[in-house]
Order: sequence, then structure tokens, then C-alpha cells
Amino acid sequence: MRRLFALLCLIMLGAARDPILVPEISQHEVEVRQGFTGTELLLFGAILDPAGTRAGRDYDIVVVLKGPTRSITVREKQKHLGIWVNAESAEFRSAPTFYAVASSRPIDRIVDTRTAAIYELGLPFLQLSPIGTIDPGIQARFSAGLVALMAGDTLYQQNADAVQVKEQVLYQARIKLPSNVQTGTYTAETFAIARGRVVASAISRVEVSKQGFEKGIADFARNDGLVYGLLVVAISVGMGWLAGRLFALR
Amino acid sequence: MDVYLPIANLAVNGLVIIALGGLTGLLSGMFGVGGGFLTTPLLIFYGIPPTVAAASAASQVTGASVSGVFAHSRRGGVDYQMGGMLVLGGIIGTGFGALLFRLLTALGQIDTVINVLYVLLLGGIGSFMARDSVREIRAQRTGIPLPARKRRHHPLVANLPWRWRFYRSGLYISPLAPLLLGMATGILTMLMGIGGGFMLVPAMLYILGMSASVVVGTSLFQIMFVTMATTMTHALTTRAVDLVLAVLLLLGSVTGAQVGANVALQVRPERLRLVLAAIVLIVAFRMALGLTYRPDAIYTVSPL
Repeated sequence: MRRLFALLCLIMLGAARDPILVPEISQHEVEVRQGFTGTELLLFGAILDPAGTRAGRDYDIVVVLKGPTRSITVREKQKHLGIWVNAESAEFRSAPTFYAVASSRPIDRIVDTRTAAIYELGLPFLQLSPIGTIDPGIQARFSAGLVALMAGDTLYQQNADAVQVKEQVLYQARIKLPSNVQTGTYTAETFAIARGRVVASAISRVEVSKQGFEKGIADFARNDGLVYGLLVVAISVGMGWLAGRLFALR
Repeated sequence: MDVYLPIANLAVNGLVIIALGGLTGLLSGMFGVGGGFLTTPLLIFYGIPPTVAAASAASQVTGASVSGVFAHSRRGGVDYQMGGMLVLGGIIGTGFGALLFRLLTALGQIDTVINVLYVLLLGGIGSFMARDSVREIRAQRTGIPLPARKRRHHPLVANLPWRWRFYRSGLYISPLAPLLLGMATGILTMLMGIGGGFMLVPAMLYILGMSASVVVGTSLFQIMFVTMATTMTHALTTRAVDLVLAVLLLLGSVTGAQVGANVALQVRPERLRLVLAAIVLIVAFRMALGLTYRPDAIYTVSPL
């Protein structure tokens, strides 16, 4: 009984000593407008004791920035009759359109694979929720294919030295958003990890949206296809005609 | 000069796109083809999503063909009756093409079909044109004229029911022939984002047997209307027409088309055709390599 009580005290004490994370992002709204070539987000914050003082321990920080998810089909090309054609495919219900993980050290040195899988830390541990029953081996092959493809477009990133922790209190991470990001709500989840255990986490949000002319065009094309199409046709005829006239004058 | 494309969802170098439009415009002015067969693959190569590339390249071809049609109609080089039948067939074909596009996209085979079509059509027509122009050039060198072609049009065309007189083309054939030809190009336009001029011109010459003076003008007339229909169909179904991309391409191509038309006046037509044949064959060869070599991206992603 006494031993159990002591254990309980230890757990509560441990819980009470868990630090709190105060995260912040350099911009909560990313505006995609003319001339947008991507942007760099600065994710920073502090790790504090519940008492508000500095935690006084070494922490590892992992920041995960995740874009809106979508359902996708991943297709695999195989060689048939001498040409490469799409053969097998797999469907995933929740593939993020953007996923970047920044950490202060390589993730496999911060946590074990089980913890990494639970918190989705790192590209190999992305949870894509495959649709239908699918052989784990095949699923792993398609997931790896998807990750490699998205990483090639810098839409999936994993950077093991993108987080700096200063004086056991302040941390900052930099994540680049390329120009081909999807619009929507992005979540930035920050994890403070000590001795292989996630001791604190916090979420903040970034809204990526088209603005101004770009928003106008995208909405126009989506909501009023007929008028939009007529406008494009009119512009192409007009420009062709104008060029003909201008050159004929010379 | 970075320009963000609102439908394609990415930033591109505007000058590169204008130059690309200029290059294809040059070809269209010189050879009377739309140049779409070059634009679409190059845009995809540049990283534009294939659907957006095909949808937006169509409007560029419209622009390039408009000025050509005006120039040709001034000197009576357009057979409106024949053109009308081709356009009618083309618009029906665009509808079929849209259905086919949707079906193939659902099956995941659209890329393969597009690539195979490119290789077969460009390869076939390219070698045909090359053989023809080499023969003609050789005939001029040696001074031995080529034997006159005996048959005006293909026997299949002669077998079609009811006949009309097409005065400007100098033909007495069934209107079904241009209608079917128009349909075929309409389907290709929708699938490949091309005007189909490179296919239409030889078909008009060798299958229909139209008189050469109206071939280029009439083909441009058909291309102009069919690409308009394609743009509309894409705007209503795939919603993948990118206005900004189209304007950039147009800027280059309408200028290039005018320059090309001037160049065309100074070069002998059979030489011109040999150059076009070479370009067409190179594109076909590159596409064939892409099909048989292990591709860089084994995996592709499409939204469900």
C-alpha cells in the first residue's frame, strides 16, 4: 500500500513537473497572390516550468507542419509489352497535401519508433489511412512511393537540424512553404521531448489562402465556368486578331 | 519574372512561358499548324499539371490560328463550306473526347493513352511528311518531275453516300468525309490539347484530296473553332483552364505566329515541310523514349 502511494506520488510529481510550451508562428495567414513564390515560416516559442521559470533541462523539439488532407489514388507504373503503364494502385483517405517535420536532432535519436509512430513524427510514420483491405507490404511500398514523389516537389520535408534550442528555454524552427502549396488550414504541432518521452505539446494554426486577383480567378473558374470559358476564348481571339492587325500595319 | 498561376497553383517564370508560346507561334505561322503538339508536352515537362497544360494550350492555339485565318481569308484561301463540316464534326468530337477523357482519367490510363497517341500519330505523320518532302526535293535537284498523282481522294471517301460540291476545294464528295475527319481531330484536341493541324493538313491533302491553295486556311479555320469548343468544354468540365497561363502563352504565340508567317514566305515550301517533319519526329522519338525507359516517377498521385 505504502509502495503504491509512493508510486502515485511519483507519477503526480512527474506530471506536475512537465513543462508547458508556448508556441508562436511568424505569420498566421499566408496570402497567395501575384508574385507568390513560396514563403518561409518561422515557428518559435518557449519551454517553461509550470511555475513560469525556465525549465532547466535539455529538451528536444520537434515541429510538424501539416497541410489539409485529401483522398488520393496512388498509381504505380509497370512495364507491360515494352512500355511503362499504370498498373497497380492504392487509395488513401487522408494524405496530407503538405507535411514538414523539423527537429533539433535526427528523430531516430530523439524517440523510439513506437513513439514516433504514435505522434506521426517523421515521413516514415505518416498515417495515410488506406481504403479497403490492403497487404501491409504493398501499402508500405505505395506509401514510400508517395512520400518520395511529394518530397521531390518539396511538399514533404524532413529536416533534422532545422530547430535551434537556446538556453533550454527558447526554440525556433524554419519551414519553407513552396509556391505549389494547396490552400487551406495548416496545423503546426510542436512537441517537447525529454528522454524519449513527449512531455509537452501544443498546436497552432496557419491559414493559407488565395487573395485578390488570384482568388478572383480561382473562384470565377470554379463558380461560373461558362462565362469564364467565354472570356478566355474572347481574349485569345482578341489577342490573335490584334497581333494580326499590328503586324499588317508595319 | 515570377508569375503565380491561380489554377495550376504554382509559380512559374513568366518569360519562359512567353518564350515557349513564341516558339510554338513561330511554328504555327511557318507551317500552318497550331503548335499545340509542342506546347502541351513542354508545359508538362516544366511542371504544370497535365490537365491544366492541355486545357490552357488549347486557347493558345485559338489565338495563333485567328490571325492566320484572317490572312488566308483575305486571299480566298478558306473553303467555308468544307470548314463548316469540319467544325461541326470537330465539335461533336470534342464532346466524345470529353467523355473519353473522363473515362480514361478514372481508369488511370490517360497519360499512357496520350503518350501512345503522340508517338503513333507524330511518328506516322512525321515519317510520311519527311518521305514526301525528300522525294520532292530530290525531284527538283535531278530535274525529273514526280509522276502526277492519279487518284484525287482515297477510295474510302468515294464510297460514302450523298455527295456535295465543294467549289473552292474543287471536290465532289460526301460531306460525311470531312465530318468524320473533323470528329477525329476534335477527339484528339480534347485528349491531347492540340489543334490537330499537323494531322488535318496531310489528311485534307491525301485523304480528301483538297486543292492545296485552301488546305492551310481551311485547316486553321477548323482549328480555331475546335480549340474554342475545347476551351469551353474544359472550362465547364475539368475547370482546368488557367487564364494567366493562357495569356502568357498567347503573348508569345501571336507574336511568333506573325514572325513565322513572314519567314514562311521566304523559304521554299518543301524545305519547310522537311523541317516540320524533323521537329515532329524528334518530339515523337522523345515521347517513345519516355514510354520505354524507366520513368523518373514510377508513382503518380491523383485526387480521388
